[in-house]
Amino acid sequence: MRTELNTVRTTPILSVKTESPTVKTFTLTDRLCAKAKPGQFLMLWIPRVDEIPLSIMNTEGSAVSVSVKAVGDATRHLHQMKKDETIGVRGPFGNSFTETPGKVLLVAGGTGIAPLLFLAKRLQAASKHVAFVVGAKTKTELLFIADLNHVCTEKSIITTTEDGTYGLQCLVTEPLTRLLAEQKFDMIYTCGPELMVSKIFALAEQHGVPFEASLERLMRCGIGLCGSCVIGKYRVCRDGPVFNSKQLREVRDELGISKLGFDGNRIRV
Amino acid sequence: MNNNPLSVRIAGLELRNPTLLASGILGYTAESLQRVIEGGAGAVVTKSVGVAPRMGYANPTVVQASGGLINAMGLPNPGIDEYAAEIIHAKTVVKAPLIMSVFGYSADEFALVAGKAVEAGADAVELNVSCPHVKLTGSEIGQNPKLIAEVVSKVKAAVRKPVIVKLTPNVTDIAETAKAAVKAGADALTAINTVKALAIDVETAFPILSNVRGGLSGSAIKPIALRCVYDLYEQVKTFIIGCGGITTWQDAVEFLLAGASAVQIGTAVALEDPNVFQAVNRGIKTYLKKKRYKSVQEVVGFAHRT
Repeated sequence: MRTELNTVRTTPILSVKTESPTVKTFTLTDRLCAKAKPGQFLMLWIPRVDEIPLSIMNTEGSAVSVSVKAVGDATRHLHQMKKDETIGVRGPFGNSFTETPGKVLLVAGGTGIAPLLFLAKRLQAASKHVAFVVGAKTKTELLFIADLNHVCTEKSIITTTEDGTYGLQCLVTEPLTRLLAEQKFDMIYTCGPELMVSKIFALAEQHGVPFEASLERLMRCGIGLCGSCVIGKYRVCRDGPVFNSKQLREVRDELGISKLGFDGNRIRV
Repeated sequence: MNNNPLSVRIAGLELRNPTLLASGILGYTAESLQRVIEGGAGAVVTKSVGVAPRMGYANPTVVQASGGLINAMGLPNPGIDEYAAEIIHAKTVVKAPLIMSVFGYSADEFALVAGKAVEAGADAVELNVSCPHVKLTGSEIGQNPKLIAEVVSKVKAAVRKPVIVKLTPNVTDIAETAKAAVKAGADALTAINTVKALAIDVETAFPILSNVRGGLSGSAIKPIALRCVYDLYEQVKTFIIGCGGITTWQDAVEFLLAGASAVQIGTAVALEDPNVFQAVNRGIKTYLKKKRYKSVQEVVGFAHRT
């Protein structure tokens, strides 16, 4: 790891955009994070509050964006912050999705769409055939639907909501079962709740489709030191956050089942 | 093992090479400890574990400084009763000596945790009397020779495995605290834990770590650690395990020459990766061959010759 990446850079928030009732996108200027690849994450320091890992959603010029759902103290505090207020950033950290030639399927649950949208833009630029299955609890929490229309054709996007307010009323796994039976994909990329990831991995294995998932764990150091984010022998922050089929097979007894809590004890995912 | 020039024996522990994982790095789970063994470590030291679970501090818990990292994790750990199960599991997975790092708020707590750790299968205990960022334990004990002696005596009475004492550099004379530990029965000393430190962000004008103060590790503290080991070798007759900023084989050999029988590596696991142990050991082996030494033991303390 280059120590330059791990040094905290404080910078004003360039813009804040409301994406849904619970999600906002924060954009800031950072030369290093602006070079991130899809799948990488950064550590965002909310001064005097917390420092949290966030998947990178987009880069443009020297700007980097992250989409954040208000779920806890740190993220709720961040949601109160405005343009020009100072936050800190280090990174980018971790590995990235591989860019697979051929026909690929991206499956996103909730805010899991952030790194996948970033990936889809890269894949589209390389003129890959990109299909998307995107799901959320309800219509207002479906993110970036307009952006998705730019990266793939309308008929290659399947939308699901748990309450049926938009698209199909089901979980993303349901249309996937049909899709995988009908079409042959060269890769499935996914990011979202771990139970979803675990189910999609089982489907991918069943159909013999290569698979990459971005995983989430409690993270403290972000640089492979503290061990808070381990899954099996892997450190999610350093060996991940993107894991392939081979690696996921090795950690099957933890994937979708257990993770470490703040005190290092194993808790349910 | 006899034909292996890298093998060392410290206070009854047989190690296939003189590199150990330092406490606090990875170390919660058996699988992550075994990853470090696969990366070449001769032994592992676990996270520090106490009587009760601790959540640790809020982030930021680690901040980059010039030449090192400042951390204040706050001793997050699941407590010995939960961790005992992980030790039992680790003994079936980890193919090298497992040293359990122990902390407590009193000598009795140290003895209680050490006893349970050994009962669960730990091959040795390392007493953390040197964490610089948690009140009423760590260096608050390790800066006081009387308290060190009390902790070491109680632990020695409680366990029949080697007792290693990890020393703090945040004292006037490290030999003084070391002597207290050895007199009370310590079988080996680890020198050093992190150096108490601070980082401030100029833009927000606040300290960065949530705990404000933390401990500095990495290359920046290597010369300090090396001097401590050199001092201890002159003044205390016991095994010394060097720790502080070791990243390359040259760093490791410096510590051996200064008087360490083995070294611990921590921060370099993040800067490099868990395979850093292999690289360091390969370098030591080549050095031994080039200099026509038959074993690591011949190098230990060699810089003290007149």
